Amino acid sequence: MYQPMTPPSADAPADLKSSRRLSRRKGLFAPDLLKTALVQSFVMLRPDIQWKNPVMFVVEIGTVLSILYTVAKAFGYPSEASLGYLIALDVWLFLTVLFANFASALAEARGKAQADALRKTRQETPAYRLFKREDAQHVLNEFDGSSDERVEETASTQLREGDCVVIRAGQTIPGDGEIVAGVASVDESAITGESAPVIREAGGDRSGVTGGTRVLSDGIVVEITARPGKSFLDRMIALVEGAIRQRTPNEIALSLVLAAFTLIFLIVTAALWPMARHTELYMQTHLGKEVRSLGTDIPTLIALLVCLIPTTIGALLAAIGIAGMDRALRANILAKSGKAVEVAGDVDTLLLDKTGTITMGNRRATRFVPLGELSAADVGALASLASAADQTPEGKSIVELHRRMEDAAPLGVLPAGARFIEFTAQTRMSGIDLPDGRVIRKGAADAVARHVQQRDGTLPPRLQEQVDGVASQGATPLLVCEGNRIAGLVVLEDILKPGISERFERLRRMGLRTVMVTGDNPLTAKHIAAQAGVDDYIAQATPEAKLAYIRQEQQGGKLVAMMGDGTNDAPALAQADVGVAMNSGTQAAKEAGNMVDLDSDPTKLIEVVEIGKQLLMTRGALTTFSIANDLAKYFAIVPALFASTLPWLKAIDVMHLHSANSAILSAVIFNAIVIPLLIPIALKGVKYRPVGADVLLRRNLLIWGLGGVIVPFIGIKLIDVVLSVFA
Amino acid sequence: MAVWFLPLLIVGTTILLSLPVGFYLAWIVDGRYRAPGWLRWLERRLDTGVQNWKQYALSLLLFNTLMFAFGFIVLAAQSSAPLNPDGKGMLAPTTIFNTVSSFLTNTNLQHYSGEVHLSYWSQIAFVVWNMFVSAAVGFCVLAAMTRGLRGDEHMGNFYLDMWRVVVYVFLPTSFFGGVILMAAGVPMTFDKAIEAFTLEPGAMGKDDKGDPKRQLIARGPVAAVLPIKHFGTNGGGFFGANSAHPYENPNAWTNYFECVSILIFPFSLVVMFGRLLGQMRQAAVIYGVMLSLFVTMIVWAVHFDTQQPNPALKGLPVDQGEMGNLEGKELRFGTSAGATFSAVTTAVTCGSVNCMHDSLNPLAGLTPLTGMWLNCVFGGKGVGLVNLLVYLIVGVFLAGLMVGRTPEYLGKKVEAREMKLAMLALLIHPILILGPTGLFAALSWGTEATSNPGPHGFSQILYEFSSASANNGSGFEGLSDTWGFNDTKPEPYHTRAWDIATGLVMLLGRFIPIVAPLALAGSLAAKKRTPFTSGTLRTDTLTFGFVLLGTILLVGALLFMPAAVLGPVAEHLGPIPF
Repeated sequence: MYQPMTPPSADAPADLKSSRRLSRRKGLFAPDLLKTALVQSFVMLRPDIQWKNPVMFVVEIGTVLSILYTVAKAFGYPSEASLGYLIALDVWLFLTVLFANFASALAEARGKAQADALRKTRQETPAYRLFKREDAQHVLNEFDGSSDERVEETASTQLREGDCVVIRAGQTIPGDGEIVAGVASVDESAITGESAPVIREAGGDRSGVTGGTRVLSDGIVVEITARPGKSFLDRMIALVEGAIRQRTPNEIALSLVLAAFTLIFLIVTAALWPMARHTELYMQTHLGKEVRSLGTDIPTLIALLVCLIPTTIGALLAAIGIAGMDRALRANILAKSGKAVEVAGDVDTLLLDKTGTITMGNRRATRFVPLGELSAADVGALASLASAADQTPEGKSIVELHRRMEDAAPLGVLPAGARFIEFTAQTRMSGIDLPDGRVIRKGAADAVARHVQQRDGTLPPRLQEQVDGVASQGATPLLVCEGNRIAGLVVLEDILKPGISERFERLRRMGLRTVMVTGDNPLTAKHIAAQAGVDDYIAQATPEAKLAYIRQEQQGGKLVAMMGDGTNDAPALAQADVGVAMNSGTQAAKEAGNMVDLDSDPTKLIEVVEIGKQLLMTRGALTTFSIANDLAKYFAIVPALFASTLPWLKAIDVMHLHSANSAILSAVIFNAIVIPLLIPIALKGVKYRPVGADVLLRRNLLIWGLGGVIVPFIGIKLIDVVLSVFA
Repeated sequence: MAVWFLPLLIVGTTILLSLPVGFYLAWIVDGRYRAPGWLRWLERRLDTGVQNWKQYALSLLLFNTLMFAFGFIVLAAQSSAPLNPDGKGMLAPTTIFNTVSSFLTNTNLQHYSGEVHLSYWSQIAFVVWNMFVSAAVGFCVLAAMTRGLRGDEHMGNFYLDMWRVVVYVFLPTSFFGGVILMAAGVPMTFDKAIEAFTLEPGAMGKDDKGDPKRQLIARGPVAAVLPIKHFGTNGGGFFGANSAHPYENPNAWTNYFECVSILIFPFSLVVMFGRLLGQMRQAAVIYGVMLSLFVTMIVWAVHFDTQQPNPALKGLPVDQGEMGNLEGKELRFGTSAGATFSAVTTAVTCGSVNCMHDSLNPLAGLTPLTGMWLNCVFGGKGVGLVNLLVYLIVGVFLAGLMVGRTPEYLGKKVEAREMKLAMLALLIHPILILGPTGLFAALSWGTEATSNPGPHGFSQILYEFSSASANNGSGFEGLSDTWGFNDTKPEPYHTRAWDIATGLVMLLGRFIPIVAPLALAGSLAAKKRTPFTSGTLRTDTLTFGFVLLGTILLVGALLFMPAAVLGPVAEHLGPIPF
């Protein structure tokens, strides 16, 4: 009924993929990004744009004032400062604003590059809309792309919510939606960058499809769930471009603090003018001649103000926020808002699915336990025979285990005429009937025991004890019997992912509680939880149980992150503070969560948390650095301000700077160039180490606090040395 | 070495006493005592029910408004009130405004001279009354804020808190202190000033008729004023000479007692804070930070004053020996007593003085200035710790971000609203100091009113506004800020401007930093408590102690360094005369 698999055509999607990969690999200062950012940083000088960043707006106003003053000086306005010095000040003040704009513009340009790559997937494509939804199955079976009275051809942009479209192999899915009929392999590389196709089918937890991806084989009918322009991709593009980037709560709080510091330093500097005037007047009467100092020179005071207000962090704040989103995207996580990324840093509890996150996909046979006179190898051979045709992962693992046993005889070729007995929910056994009359079965303990008893066999005396023993260790016991004789046990166990308990240890040091979610019975769950080192578990988890658990954690003030894919996960995803939906999941799950993981990798939660923490840390570190810098600037500028009125203040010029003019210029230049120097850190983020808050604080305090105090002393001195050479 | 004995004794005694006293305060504030029946009946009348932060702040402001009106009436009607044996008249109106603002705000900046300008009635009904309740106001604010921080559903009741603090804390301690001081020779009388015959006739000059004048020795109910002046960190002296006057501070032992009584409640309140929170470690970190700043202040002052010669006498044939700068000191108390007292009184915004701060060596003068600028080195009663909590919130915010979480204090998230309030409280203090200082320094208001030109005169202006904004009340002196009685004599240099400017600064510097932190605590109280994890920033560790210390020092230095350089530092480095 399906068309034969057609090989994926090698045109657009491959290009998209490579272009997207390229954009992700791009260095921090790729030439085309630099060019865009450079142009943009001039555009952002417009007061109405600059106004959005109060710190830099103050610098811009100051620069304008300073330039006006310089012009006045050029036309003869009397001033203590020389024209060359004033022009140099103007240039560097202007550069300060420009550098700040450049930092934001560069971050935005990087976002835009990502967005462009995404946008390419959003071209207008033809869509085949069904008139009646009920026709879905018939159309799917019969539609061959030619005209059909039940289908109309339209464009993807014309689709509305609730429309049903049919998509055949080789066609692009016209919009976000949910599969209502059919199954198909889909190439999602345009979005995920992952080239292996994925299976999407109606019903179940893998029914969601994203517009712009491509059906490779078979066909599906999709119900569109997003209006054009409101699709997942559209929202992503807007978000990445920063067009609707809303400031996050922490960012707002920090902006407030920065604005307040700006105001404080505005007052400190403004009050300095009359104070300096007081000194001038006194020295005038004392010395009996006119004395002027830089302390009453407006451009110099503006320079002092610009040096004191937190320009470093003020310039980089926007870039840090955009870069945070960008980092999430690089990790193949699409966050619906910047806030979601930020909240991830605060998460206290992680809900992790057992399967795929903590353990390898499925249970595997680990041991054969003989229960009679047989050896373990014999039990293995029987179990292996019984599983020879079993295609389930468990069955395969039995064969695999037996093959690896040293003393086991190779199974050889199965005799012709052997009959395989499939597993059914009723018998709960599978096995093989050999042509020589041997009947071998393996299966759930009680089912096999009944099977043996029906054939008048006897059960070994300690059977129940053995079975319970295995089960209590979190493993699943399978009984193997031959004829009416119990041969032994196969122990199936969950295999933990390598390094998973170290990973949980790391999370614990970060202050996160991990909770394993599993459908297993409590006994098994408890055992695996202990083995993996998670802090808690939810056994026999139902969607309601998950939701209840999240609510209970939140009641205690905790923030919860979880990952889910199914429609029944949607309420829990919505309830969780950070809900990461897998891209393979249903549309409902994707709508409910506030992030989507394109890789559908269950361990991604950990990465999400780290990105969130890194975002906050970068802001904190650069703010501390910015404020700590001020101390050295004072030591440079204050003696220089009063060099001509209170020359003995030279004693507090610990850097022994060349002259008053070079001291002030050095401070301003240092203040300006530190911005571009820190752009890489703003974009990459301060490195996060999972070492606990105390160690992290000590580390960052030393680097950014103490470093912030010391570095400018060295920097300003160096700049001064260079300036004095030119002078 | 001997110079260190007194400061060591003072600090040691206070630390020892602060533990039991702090526990007692917590016991009182939490209402766990059982008062006699008639007191409980009174308490029930006062208790208007539990209040949220807005109601608490409103009650506080209402109470203070009434107090302002009451104080104004008492002072304005001084000449017609009883207990006025020396027949004092009415003060100049701007001086009344200044004085009422000053005592209402626990500042006790005195633009008058106690024994000259106030009647006994004014001393009792205005000064003593204000000293009790204004000190209690700060105490109440801290109690309310602590309740908010620990997550109580309400902030307590302002009137009840006021009652508890005055009746169960200040009244008993003041009674005890008064008895001790009386025993040491402090007068307590309503009799008029003594007219004494001097040994040498005419030593006090002659009157219009050419007869020799008799000496007037002022006295009064001094022992009633003194204890609460110190226990309440008020600092307004009965006499103009304040604690340098032999009737206010008769000997070295009373000086020691007064220093301890100034410090005891500010120290104990930190202990109380920890006790009320049930987290003594939190308080221990704060206590440690405050103590290290305080010890630095004392060491700085003693080192640069008691251990360095007076630079003005350098080059003159004067042997200054090992005594250091003796100008303006009362040597009855010991050589280092002046410098120590200057640190004590400004750290906790008391403002009482036992030496002339104007005469401290220039660098030593930085100690009292720093105490008032930081305003949180134990600080005034209650408000000092409140100020420190504001610094702490700023520190928590920066450090919290640096560990990669939304900053939290005591399990409550610190977000935009809290930071807005914290920055407002932080902002107001430098504005109120630097703004008016700049204004007065540039105008004749400042330059003509100071007794010295240049950096020293600048320091006098700077000190006056620092003292007003910090609600300290001590004076660098040397300013012509005393008008006196409301008569028609010509205005001393710009006294009116000084009266009004410092009066406004005191009022703003008092109530904005009280209401904003109350709102902050109210906002934190309403939040859900986040559980403590190893990813949470701990505020009870040594590391955080350094964060707090760093925040205070860095912010303090950034705000006031230029002013400090133009005043004391320039004077120290510059040539004499300066």
